[in-house]
Parts: sequence; structure tokens; C-alpha cells
Amino acid sequence: MRVVKTLSLVATAAALAWSLGACSSGNQPGTTGAPSGTPATTAAATGPAPTSTTTPLPTRGDADLVIWADANRTKALQAPLAAWAAQNGIKAVVQTIATDLESNFVTANQAKNGPDIVIGAQDWTGKLVQNNSIVSIQLTATGIVQSAIDAVSYGGQTYGAPYAVETLGLFSNPKLTSVQTPATVEALVAAAKAGVNGTVAENPLCLQVGQTGDSYHMQPFFTSGGGYIFGKNADGTYNTKDVGVGAAGGIAAAKKIGELGQAGVLKTSITADNSIQLFGDSKCAYLISGPWAIQTIRTAKTDFNLAPVPGFEGMGPAKPPLGIQAFFVAANAKNPSYAQQFVSDLLKDTTITAAMNTVDSRVPVQTALADQLKSSDPQLMAFLDFSSAAEAMPNIPAMDAVWGPLNQAEASVVGGADPTSTFTAAGEQITKAIG
Amino acid sequence: MSTSLTPTIAPQSGASAPKERSTGLGAIVVKILFLGTVLAFGIFAAPALIRYKLWLWLVLMVAAIVVIFAIYLTKRFIPGKYLFPGTFFLSLFLIVPIVMTVQFSFTNFGDGARGTKEQTTQSILKNSVQMTPDSVLYHSSVAVVSGGDVANGPFTLFLIDQSDQAGTVLYGTADQPLTTWTGAAPTVTGNVVTAAEGYRILTAAEINTALKTIQNETAVAVPDKPDYFVKVQFGTQAYQAKATITYDQATDTLSGADGKTYPNERVGDSNCFADPSDASGCFQGQSWLQNVGWRNYARLVTNADIRGQFLGAFGWTLTYAIGSVVLTFLAGFALALTFNDRRVKAQKVWRSVFLLPYAIPGFISLLMWSQFFNKDFGLINLVFGTHLDWFGNPLLARIAIFIVQLWIGFPYMFIVCTGALQSIPDDVKEAAKIDGATGLATTFRIVLPLLLISVAPLLVASFAFNCNNFNMIRLLTDGAPVIPGQFTRRSTDILISMIYRQAFGNAGTDFGFASALAVLLFILTGALAAFQFRFTRKLEDLT
Repeated sequence: MRVVKTLSLVATAAALAWSLGACSSGNQPGTTGAPSGTPATTAAATGPAPTSTTTPLPTRGDADLVIWADANRTKALQAPLAAWAAQNGIKAVVQTIATDLESNFVTANQAKNGPDIVIGAQDWTGKLVQNNSIVSIQLTATGIVQSAIDAVSYGGQTYGAPYAVETLGLFSNPKLTSVQTPATVEALVAAAKAGVNGTVAENPLCLQVGQTGDSYHMQPFFTSGGGYIFGKNADGTYNTKDVGVGAAGGIAAAKKIGELGQAGVLKTSITADNSIQLFGDSKCAYLISGPWAIQTIRTAKTDFNLAPVPGFEGMGPAKPPLGIQAFFVAANAKNPSYAQQFVSDLLKDTTITAAMNTVDSRVPVQTALADQLKSSDPQLMAFLDFSSAAEAMPNIPAMDAVWGPLNQAEASVVGGADPTSTFTAAGEQITKAIG
Repeated sequence: MSTSLTPTIAPQSGASAPKERSTGLGAIVVKILFLGTVLAFGIFAAPALIRYKLWLWLVLMVAAIVVIFAIYLTKRFIPGKYLFPGTFFLSLFLIVPIVMTVQFSFTNFGDGARGTKEQTTQSILKNSVQMTPDSVLYHSSVAVVSGGDVANGPFTLFLIDQSDQAGTVLYGTADQPLTTWTGAAPTVTGNVVTAAEGYRILTAAEINTALKTIQNETAVAVPDKPDYFVKVQFGTQAYQAKATITYDQATDTLSGADGKTYPNERVGDSNCFADPSDASGCFQGQSWLQNVGWRNYARLVTNADIRGQFLGAFGWTLTYAIGSVVLTFLAGFALALTFNDRRVKAQKVWRSVFLLPYAIPGFISLLMWSQFFNKDFGLINLVFGTHLDWFGNPLLARIAIFIVQLWIGFPYMFIVCTGALQSIPDDVKEAAKIDGATGLATTFRIVLPLLLISVAPLLVASFAFNCNNFNMIRLLTDGAPVIPGQFTRRSTDILISMIYRQAFGNAGTDFGFASALAVLLFILTGALAAFQFRFTRKLEDLT
């Protein structure tokens, strides 16, 4: 009995000693895997994916500035970021988050183990603000396309430092159509059906719809037909009480979209997976896509010309969606000063953005850089011209209620559903979901 | 306590030799390492739990540690030593997630409601501080009085107007509004004050560390602009800023510079700073995590739209799960019967061939099949010369799902049935033959019932699995085709794929509501499985 008691005492003491040792050696900041009941930290378990980085993650203590980006931008940012950091005598890293960057960032920031800066798209702005994930910044630089700054503004404040722009353009295959710059959708269809010297394309137009719809790519036709998503208040903010999907304009656009579906110009069988490839394989006379399609088509060795997306005859101009890539400063940044300095320096001149462009070419928002690039890649820079007619999709959280119904309604109408009732129902659904 | 302990243990430690051996040196070392690790984890995790105010988890953790020590350090709980590990991990990995899902289902957790009210208010207020067109931009330095605290201040700002060619040095503190510096001329390098008598200028790294404190506590007033103050942006830059939103603690209301007010009110299911001019109801859509009681469940029941769609999806889930099990079982059973016959040559080769679909990773075959069914470019329409819009028609889409399910699922049933068939002794079949049963009768009256005894539980498991076969639906059709006029559910959505879209899909994240759906799904699936297991018990009565 006494032996047992003594042994227990010794064991307890030894356990205490061992545990103290274990504590002092294994205690690293940032690895606090606190099992917790709060939503944020629970989701964090599935959140940031440090395993997907190509280099081992440095701990927060090592780096004075941490940026999260997708793989392409990480590659592009590496060299210019290192140069900037060296100039300021600090250590900066950019880390790849391979999937779900936006939600991973929101979760990690909430759990206070996120980065200082994240590179994302302008349509994240509203949701990031809604989730207290980013802070407003001050852009003092000049020579930036105004629509780019507007696109990353929310509630009257600027939240991101924009650096690249994306929009949709009309690709045409000179072997399958003789009209490279059709003035209207009708002219486009006629030219595609006429073909060149008896060669008629299998598909007049590759515009990804899919079974569940793609309102981003449908936006030029939707706006040309008179559709809009939200009306605007006098001060330029979106009026979420004015939903355009089920309104007269939206229904008029739906009818035109339905007609194209009936005529076999728009097809639910053309999806995000096959549309660019089909054009590359010369199976489509025209393709509506963005600058990201250029590489695939060039690889397929198919000639192409670029033109603005046309509107319907006798209707409004087509307004393709404007996409902006921007740097956002995290609300729980560990290095707020360096983060603010970086986004401020980014647009002061073109040093960083030009260096990024040599690795990952994108259409810049700085006019000075755009002018430089015009001679080297005119096809890519054509998208800058298209972007002047483009309109950013709203970046407000209410868009969450829009995407699903609008996508589905467009897919249904392309598939032959009644435009009026389908879009009326979609409009009602959006209004109801917003509250 | 100790009196009852003494008699039970004393004879043991004295009498039985094996018991004595368990306190040998090796066992003690293992015990020390194990208990030490447990304690280390506790000491390591406790501060974090306290910091995040997770009292329940703290109590549970301490309780678990005490229990572990009690079990493994005393001799009173011998069965506990064996039962504890299994129970512990069951609770941790199975019961905790269920409990947490139930917890979430009573909150509004989701986009706009992730943080606390305090965080939301602070975020709104901070983001509202901005430059206006007539704001002045400064080259700035942050300083403390020589020997002062560089982390906590009080700080002094040295500023030079960026548009001022003369480079006049201004300064200010929390109490001292912005004014021209009249002391000994400071050193200015690259437009920035780098040294001043009686002051220590902070380095970029020090400012980086203390930026939030500097911004919060050193709002230098601007004399001729009453609403403005100087805000340090980063190491070397500051600007005149103005807050456009203010918060009144007493009335719990935000007020905008434009005179609008946003009172804390309930909008929809939860509270936020209500914005009457915005249809979504909350100021910038921002709310905070809060308890919403039964409102998520109420939404499920009272919203006719959601209720109808839930029931619709539930109906198809059942059809799909039952259909999948029946189809794959029939195919697998038929093939197993055929290829179990000794007259079939090269049995092993055939069996290997049949396993191929099982060997291909499921998500690859699903993505492949989803391309095959494309109306205009898909292999199936191409080969058969048809022009069927597989994923555009609800009936065809369901048929397509069953076709793929059959392809993916039959090898499993084939293996299971082959194994079960081989365990049925031949003499049973011979006896049936002698009794005059035909081959068909033998199969259905003798072989099948015997087979079902061992296979039925697997069929139930397969049913439960298919009830939640998310990959299948998500990767093959993603619910397509869409139903015109319905936006929560698509034609081929099973409950879990519908819930997924609700929680993570385009419609923004609404974890609270999705959790309520998941709880309901959990109850439904559980009830169905329980019912079926009761049914299979009847089969066992055959033996």
C-alpha cells in the first residue's frame, strides 16, 4: 500500500516535470491549436492550407509582412516583393493558398492567424467588409483607372489597392467567320452561319452557360437587352430594393437570351470546362471570354482576333463585367504599418506592378504601365479598351442572393423555359432573400 | 474513502504477483510519459482557452485530465483503463461535432455574423475614418520623450506637409493640437524628421509593432478643422482624417456624418445596426454572432418554399438511396451467382475485370461520366446517335445518375455477394435439389435468404451511405437540371447537396441555418437506419 502511494506521488511529480519540459520546448506562437467552441477557430481547422505552399511556411515571427495569394500571383510577386522588402530592411513573404482563398482568409483573419495582405477580386470587397476582415486604406497615387478604384470601394471608402483588370471580349476565328468585329449580336450570328468559303463552324458562338448557368459570362447580353442587377441611388450606391432581374428590362433581356437559346446559338452543353477548348479546336466561330483564354487558344495554335462584345440590334450597348484584382489589408494584420506601406508603395510607380507583369501578364490599371505594354502584347491590352465599356458587378453582400437565382434563370431560359415567368420568379426570389 | 480502499488493495498487492508486475519500471516510465503529455497539453491549452473565454471547454478539459489521472494512477478503475480510450475518442471525434452542429443551429453564424458585437462596432468605426479631398498628407515620424516607452507612449508626432516646399516641421500629441515646432531645429532626412532634441524617434519596426496603439491614443487635433485629426498611416506617412460614423453607447446607435442613424434592432432573425434605407436591413450588411433560439428551425417549418423544397429533396434522397442499393445489389448478386458457377472458365480473370470500376477513384469516374452525358459533345449521345439532353431533363438526369451509380456501385455488391455465396455450403443446395426444387427455386428460396443474413446489414449501411452520397450528386450533375422558379433545390439534389449549397454555395454562407438542416438530416437518417436494422434482425431469425 505504501509502495503504491509513493509510486503515485513519484509518478505525479515526474509527470509534472515532464510536462513542464514539453511545454517549454513545444510552445510556438501561432500553433496554438486551442480546441474551442467558437465557430471561427473550428472552421480554421479546415481553413488555411499551409500544406499547399511550395516552401515551408515561415512562422509569423520570421516575416515582417505576409501576403496570401493564389499560385500565379505568388510566382509573380516573389521577386518584386523581395526587392521592396530589402529596400525597407524587412523580410516579406508571399504564400500560396491554393483553394478557397477568400473563405480561408476570412476564417484565418477571424482566428487571428491570417496574413497581413491578401490579393483578391473586387467582388470580395463587400463580403470582406461584412465579416470585419479588411480595413479601409488611403490611395494617394494618381494615374489609376477610376472604375478600378470604384470597384474596390464600399460604403464610400476605398478598401483595396487595384492593380489588374479583367473583362470579357469577343474572340473570332478568321477561318470560320469573315466578320471580325460584328456590330450586333444578329450580325454575329449571321456571319457565323454564313461561314467562310463553305466552312461553317459547328457552333456559332461559344459562351459558357452550363446546366446551372453563368451570369458573369451572360452579363454583356443581359445588359444589352436592358437587364441590370441593382438600381443605383443618387449617391451612386446600390439600391437593393430595386432588383432588375424580374423588372421589365430584365425580362426583355431574358426574351432575347431565350431567342438565342431557341436558335441554338446559346447552349447549356457549352460549359466552363469546354468552351475555350472548343474555340481552340476551331469548333466555334466566336468565343466570349476573358484574357485568361488567350494562353489556351495560343497553345492550340488557333488564330484569333479580338473585338468588343456586341449588343442586340436596336437595344442598349453590351456592358461586360469588370473584374479587378486588388490588394486588401487584413483587419487583424500583425504588421499593419508595413502592410499599409506596401499597398501605398504598390501604386506610387510601376516598379512592382511591371515586375509582376513580366511573370504573370495581366491588364494593368495604371495608365503609365498600360501604355508601355501596348506594343508588347496588343491582344492582351485590347482588354483594357474593352474595360472602358465594362461595368463592375456589384460588390455588395446582397449579391449572394443574386448569383444563384440569376444563373439558374438564365440556364432555364436558354434551355427553353418561359422567360417572363422564370425571370419574374428569380426576381421575387432575390427580393425575398435580401429581406 | 481510504478505509474502503485499504482492504481492497492491500490483499491484492500482497497476494497476486501479476498485479505487482504492472507497476514495474517500464510501465511506470510509460505512465509518466503519458500522464506528463496529458498534463503538458492541459497546461499548454489552458491559457488559450482562458484567453478566448471558452469556459465550458476549460471545465471539460480539466475534468478529462482529472479523470485520466484518477483512472491510470489509482487501482480502483481497472475496467475504466480499457474503456476510457475508446470512449474518449468517440466523444472527441463523433459526439463533439454533433453537439457543435446542434449548437450552431441555434445561432446566426455565417457571413456578417462571425465576430462579436464589439468587433463589428470597432470595425465599422475604424473603417469610417478617412481622408477627404481637402485632407493634408504628411511625411511623419513618431517619437517618444527620451527614455519614454516606445510600445505604449505617450507619443509625439513630427509632421511635414507633403505639399510644403519649405518643409516646416509641425508636431502634436494627444493633448497638444498640431502646431509649428519651435524648439531646436530637428534633423530632417528624406523629408522625414529623423532626430529631435529631447526625443527618441521610433524605428519603422517599432511603429509597426505599436501602430494600433499610436492610432488609438495619438489622435492629434487639427486646430482649424474641428472634426479632423491626424492619423498615422504607416512608418513615414500620416494624413488628416475624419470619422464619418460615430457610436453612442447609451442608445446603442450608430450615427453617420450625414445625419442618418442606425439603431441596434432586430432585422430578420438577428440583431444589427439597422439601416432603413437598405433592403438587406443592416448597416453594410454587418451583424454579429448571436443566439437566435429556434428561429432557424422555425424558418424550416414556416417557410412554405423551403419546406416544400426540403420535402422534395427528401423524397428524391429516399428514391435515390433505395434505388441505388436495389440496382447495385441486383446486378452484383446476378453477376456473383453467374460467376460463382464452376462451369465458368477463368473465374479469377472475370472477377478482376469486374473490380475495375471499383479501382478507379470515384471522383475521377464521376467527372468523366459528367462529361460523357453532355448533350452536344458527350460520348453517350455520340455513340448511340441520340440527342438526349441528359442533364437538362429531370427524368433523364435521374436515369443518368442510376446508370453511373450502377457502374460505380456494382463491384462492391459483387465482392460482397461472391464472398457470402462461397460461405453457403453446397450440401444445402444439394438437399434442396433432392427435395425436388428447381434451380430458380433453390436460388430464391434457399440461397437468397441465406445470403441476405450476412449481406443485409451491408445493404443498410449502403443505404445510409447513399442517403448522404454528396460526391455523386455534386460531381456528376451538381443537382442539374435546375427547376424554373425554384432556387434552393435542383432536380437531382439530395438533402446533403442542397444543404451544402445553402451553407457554402453562391447564396453566401449561412452556417446556422445549414446546421439546422443538418441536424434534421441526422435525425432522419438515424431513424431510417434504426428502422432498417430492426428489419434485418428479422432475417437473422431465419437461422
